[in-house]
Amino acid sequence: MSPAAALEAVIGLEIHVQLSTRTKMFCGCALSFGDPPNTHTCPVCLGLPGALPVANARAVHDALLIGLALGCDLAPRSIFHRKNYFYPDLPKGYQISQYDQPLCRGGHLGDVRIHRVHMEEDAAKLVHIGASGRIHGSDASVVDFNRGGTPLVEVVSEPDLRSPAQAREWLELLAVTLRRLGVSDVRMEEGSLRCDANVSVRQAGAEELGVKTELKNMNSFRFIERGIEAEIERQSAILEAGGEVEQETLHFDPRAAELTPLRSKEEAHDYRYFPEPDLIPIDVTEEMIAAARAALPELPAARAERFQDELGLHPDTARVLAFRLELGDYFETALAADGAEAQPLANWVVNELVGQLDDVDPAESNVAPEALARLVAMVERKEVTAGAAKQVLARLVADGGDPAAIVEAEDLAAMGGDDGALAEIVARAIEADPDAADKVRGGNAKAIGALVGAVMRETKGRADGGEVTRLIREQLAL
Amino acid sequence: MIDRAEVLHVARLARLALSEEDVERMARELSAVLDHIERISELDLEGVPPTSHVIDVAGALREDEPQPSLPRDVILEQAPAVEDGGFLVPSPGG
Amino acid sequence: MTEITSLSAFEAAERVRAGELAPAELFAAYRDRAAADELNAFLWVADDAGDGADPASSPLGGVPVAAKDLFCTEGIPSQAGSRILEGYRPPYTATVVSRLADAGAPLLGKTNQDEFAMGSSTENSGYGPTLNPWDRTRVPGGSSGGSAAAVAAGLAPWAIGTDTGGSIRQPAALCGIVGLKPTYGACSRYGMIAFASSLDQAGPLARDVRDAALLFAHMVGRDPRDATSLEFPEPVRLPESERLDGLRLGVPEELSSDAAGIEPGVREAFEASLQLAEELGATVQAVQLPHAPHALSAYYLIAPAEASSNLARFDGVRYGLRVEGESLLEMYERTRAAGFGDEAKRRIMLGTYALSSGYYDAYYGRAQRVRTKISEDFRAAFEQVDFVVTPTSPTVAFPLGAKLDDPLAMYLNDYCTIPMPLAGIPAISIPNGLSEGLPVGLQLAGPAFSENGLLDAAHALEQAIGFDGSGVRG
Ligand SMILES: [Mg+2]
Ligand SMILES: [Zn+2]
Repeated sequence: MSPAAALEAVIGLEIHVQLSTRTKMFCGCALSFGDPPNTHTCPVCLGLPGALPVANARAVHDALLIGLALGCDLAPRSIFHRKNYFYPDLPKGYQISQYDQPLCRGGHLGDVRIHRVHMEEDAAKLVHIGASGRIHGSDASVVDFNRGGTPLVEVVSEPDLRSPAQAREWLELLAVTLRRLGVSDVRMEEGSLRCDANVSVRQAGAEELGVKTELKNMNSFRFIERGIEAEIERQSAILEAGGEVEQETLHFDPRAAELTPLRSKEEAHDYRYFPEPDLIPIDVTEEMIAAARAALPELPAARAERFQDELGLHPDTARVLAFRLELGDYFETALAADGAEAQPLANWVVNELVGQLDDVDPAESNVAPEALARLVAMVERKEVTAGAAKQVLARLVADGGDPAAIVEAEDLAAMGGDDGALAEIVARAIEADPDAADKVRGGNAKAIGALVGAVMRETKGRADGGEVTRLIREQLAL
Repeated sequence: MIDRAEVLHVARLARLALSEEDVERMARELSAVLDHIERISELDLEGVPPTSHVIDVAGALREDEPQPSLPRDVILEQAPAVEDGGFLVPSPGG
Repeated sequence: MTEITSLSAFEAAERVRAGELAPAELFAAYRDRAAADELNAFLWVADDAGDGADPASSPLGGVPVAAKDLFCTEGIPSQAGSRILEGYRPPYTATVVSRLADAGAPLLGKTNQDEFAMGSSTENSGYGPTLNPWDRTRVPGGSSGGSAAAVAAGLAPWAIGTDTGGSIRQPAALCGIVGLKPTYGACSRYGMIAFASSLDQAGPLARDVRDAALLFAHMVGRDPRDATSLEFPEPVRLPESERLDGLRLGVPEELSSDAAGIEPGVREAFEASLQLAEELGATVQAVQLPHAPHALSAYYLIAPAEASSNLARFDGVRYGLRVEGESLLEMYERTRAAGFGDEAKRRIMLGTYALSSGYYDAYYGRAQRVRTKISEDFRAAFEQVDFVVTPTSPTVAFPLGAKLDDPLAMYLNDYCTIPMPLAGIPAISIPNGLSEGLPVGLQLAGPAFSENGLLDAAHALEQAIGFDGSGVRG
């Protein structure tokens, strides 16, 4: 038994979500992404002397929505604190955040408990520009305050995760839940979703937690998995060698897959939190809760369950449709449009439509949901073969239109056995390949493939594969 | 009482460079003030809630309506050092 | 000229609105006096009134107002008396200043102050001390010492200042004028360079109570830019009372005994005015504010703690002074060491210490509980009396430099004025005669939003006391 088998990882995540409100958390500057630096600032978000913050009602609403979605207890009264530290991206020398009286506590998403959900303001962007002659030739950075003050919601999980893969999967569930709420773009690569991980390792089954480290800068789902993996390995190696893990903050470098300490250890953190005197407490009223409740949509996890339980979809298909919101929405529209059966329709959406559309949102494509539903229904009625239907779908993707009309115009209707046309083609195929016919007669079942293929080529996929096989065997008197 | 080491620690937290002389003087002056202040430790404040907001109001939220931002040249005009449309600083950790 | 500047602001406004006085002439009379300031009361003086409201049709009649340096004024130096903001011209104007301009009081100039309002003598200004017009070897009080001296010396008809622990009332007392610290939240703090956010309030400094009321009437009101501001519950009235019939005044022993360090001349004046109050129909009784002796301690934890955070933004990055260094840390430390004066540094250190890990509960947390007790004390007192009366300052103006080396002695100046801002309640200081040729102040404090009543009572007392400050107005 390897000693590693006796260790288990304990993982908690801290997620910062940029809200997609129109304005910043505490001032009226419009949110922006990619605009020229320092074009969205004002006395408040620049921390000019004398300026005062006023909280954004929409941001509070969105935070409540997140709290409801995660099943949190909403505090009837919560307050902001100042978190004091010096950094060039922090214009006031403190971040307005929440401390011991957050907006939401408790709750869970899936089987992972939520510790708390609170509101705060984002820092500005610091761009490293290398050596600058203007600062003694030493390394310099430029501060852009456009992002500074963007509303953030911080979601802190309990340390309920046990593996890197589970952490990634849970974060994906959180991300899609937030996207469904419509409160954030949730784009990791643009920084609107940021995740830190607290990782510790202990003897499996132990009550006590090991010393944890904090992992930062993992800006994709893949890096989160890899970073946590690397850290578990690192900590396990230390423990197995009889060493002790040091509490520190680590920075993940995805290229080297390495973790490096982020801050010097002598720099003790002392944020000197105290209640923000410039802001008054937030009283969460019944009206505010009612408004958030009314805005609460069906969440992905519940939708997946409904797709399984009510529509009988396969769990994998249900999950894909529920977690890829645009697919789920498209699927439901198509399902409502026509009498296509749920599972085949779902298969067509998840496999064929996604395959042909690449990354295009189906709702933005030429394929009307009703058109797809009619096409799938035709396949189900065997009016068109699956192969031909894929050709019809390609036409729909290219130009849109009505599937029946395309089938008609392109002569793609399924060839049945009734009129003898298919039997005639089969007869010709057997005649053209006597070798294959002999092999089939001789008991080589695989050899039938050559004959079926020939028929399919001849019929351009309009023939039903099963029917073709049946006719071949019939004509070969098997 | 606040000693030398504490003065230096607090000065670092507050980002204040202190001369040798400053450290001594600060320790002396702050100790005198703290001596007076520490009389509040005599008070029995068991169960007394803290006051952080002297007026009891809540609400006062802002509608999510964009307001004009400041022109960039206006804000950069006051900056000690500017480059690439932003505020130039020595790199943290650099 | 002397005739114009000898008018009260109220009278001058009336004349302008009656068409008897040209607003430009009024402005020029004060501008010339302010520009010739020998007290170092002004840090900046306007050339003209600018184009604001039409004086003839606005309530403040074009009577110019001087503003403490820490009020942000667009394009005009706003340095809060600090070298770290030398030459800083903000891109926006404080709500209170623009409200006054809209009501017809154009900006006359910016007045000297203790750096970031930290002080009781205006000696902590980065731009030199202001002199007391009653005796130029003495301090005018502080931190709004420039505003108080300017009004007392007739360099300005009226002025605005800020009060955190007594910074309007104490200089008003030491300069022989009227100063009102309003209820917390009555006036917007937007654009006021913050000292201690939970205590700071803007208020008027004026020659008499009526002028103070008139100016105050146009400062109040909720400001959507200040979440802690409130709508004033009633219109601010111009006071007319000559009597105090039925008024119950309470004298808190804790703020008027020897323990408060009240010097004999101040005590005599105080006792005389209590007698006068009774003659005007008031009843005077003792009340208790048991926690008032601890107010100073609570204040010197809360105010520096908030200040240490409020002053963190002065980091050499976006505005103000920068001293370059080899690293970011060095740049921060050098900039702040060079830019802040001694008192600002002391309070930053004290506040940082009080909030730091391991000390929060013993210091800041405890101070906030004391604050609760002080509010309760006042609430209990106001069940027995309408207003509380105390001397404003335990002493008259002291010589320049006398308390500079002893921070604690300087802090004790505010012994009688500190409890009110901790409770968020309004208080007014009016001239209460002279002691050894120097002005003494009388303070009245009332429950939140009792300003109308306070102004009425102050007006009646003012009439009876009959203080004449014209001697130093020149
Ligand atoms: Mg955070
Ligand atoms: Zn802004």
